[in-house]
Amino acid sequence: MERYFKGIKEGNEKTIAEAITLVENDREQGFKLLKKIFSETEISYIIGITGPPGSGKSTLTGEMVKDWLRTGVKTGIIAVDPTSQFSGGALLGDRIRMSDKVTDKNVFIRSMATRGELGGLNSSVFDTALILSAAGYERIVIETVGVGQNEIDIVNLADTTLVITTPDAGDEIQTFKAGLMETGDIFVVNKADRPDVIKMELMIKQMLEMAYGTETEWTPPVLTTVANRSQGIEELLQKIEEHTGYLKTGRRFYQKRKKVLEKQLINLMERILRENYIGRVLESGLMEEKIREIAARKLDPYTAAENLIKERGV
Amino acid sequence: MVKNKIKVLIAKPGLDGHDRGAKVIARGLKEAGMEVVYTGLRQTPAQIVRGAIQEDVDVIGLSILSGAHEHLFPEIIELLQKEGVDNLLVIAGGIIPEEDHEKLHDIGIAGIFTPGTPIREIVDFIEKNV
Repeated sequence: MERYFKGIKEGNEKTIAEAITLVENDREQGFKLLKKIFSETEISYIIGITGPPGSGKSTLTGEMVKDWLRTGVKTGIIAVDPTSQFSGGALLGDRIRMSDKVTDKNVFIRSMATRGELGGLNSSVFDTALILSAAGYERIVIETVGVGQNEIDIVNLADTTLVITTPDAGDEIQTFKAGLMETGDIFVVNKADRPDVIKMELMIKQMLEMAYGTETEWTPPVLTTVANRSQGIEELLQKIEEHTGYLKTGRRFYQKRKKVLEKQLINLMERILRENYIGRVLESGLMEEKIREIAARKLDPYTAAENLIKERGV
Repeated sequence: MVKNKIKVLIAKPGLDGHDRGAKVIARGLKEAGMEVVYTGLRQTPAQIVRGAIQEDVDVIGLSILSGAHEHLFPEIIELLQKEGVDNLLVIAGGIIPEEDHEKLHDIGIAGIFTPGTPIREIVDFIEKNV
């Protein structure tokens, strides 16, 4: 434990990476480390980026990070990709678009899979942000595909959240969950060299108006960028600074962080319950038997659930 | 405790624009339940090693069709050793002539899989050796 702690404090990449793995895979040991870290660490400013697949999140992240690195800001990137429901595997491809930044010694990129119900990823993302903060990364970017509730939850950990879309993603915008509209602090229409940019901008603005009304302290701006040509990045960074300033006025930041901690506390309790109770039930092999009984109507699922938890929990 | 997933980094070292094989492997390993980080084309040994460290992977899979394996692979292995990474399985695939296999095995490439290898074989090899 001391080895991890020391390595993280020294900014040793290998130890940081191993600590993240530990936290992801081994709750007991991981918690021990995180307890020690938490009391001595202020969590760095977190920027969340979400949007549909192929909207350019990684490229945009790369562009923003490039700018921070120029001024020597140590940046951590947590790139989250979905786990396949069928195989349990995941393809984590976000490094591809950031590869030319990987060489900078001030950036640490970690890819994570959402894992299944029993993976407890939501808590691990926060934990990873905590570890990176302790290691001296002043700014942290969490990038995730904005398709499901799980991803919205992840992005909710961020202080400033960017929602990325493209001009031709009309249908996807229509189906953006209300939660995502309310989560975004800044909206970006990327690939703005394609047709219908203005239409998309308007559509988002209208949806925002519906979600927020007109009387709001922070009206999310809608920006346009062409990430792979570095266009619009300055304005985007400027807006992020503005939002940071807004958040740091009065008690807003404190309130925001309190909400994140509340969320994390729930995530952690869920992780404990899943691993200690549901996980044990799944491992016990009792499920199959019960399901057969339920299917044959010898048992109802309500009694079965109550009993499984009672019998298998600790 | 949750069963640990095998995490693999698939990389294409050097100047080589052909990544279909690497992508097929990446997808195949994902279908086998592994977490696969694909890093894209034209990676330097330093980038690959740093990526493997940051991602804390169990396996590095190198795909190469350019013929530069004799030059690039030893560099990667040396860098790994220099960084103190010793618990990692390094495998390779692509166009690697039979006569080079032994030499590569000797420097620490655990498995070499040339075109036509069923993905199952690679999956089994990884699962057995990690």
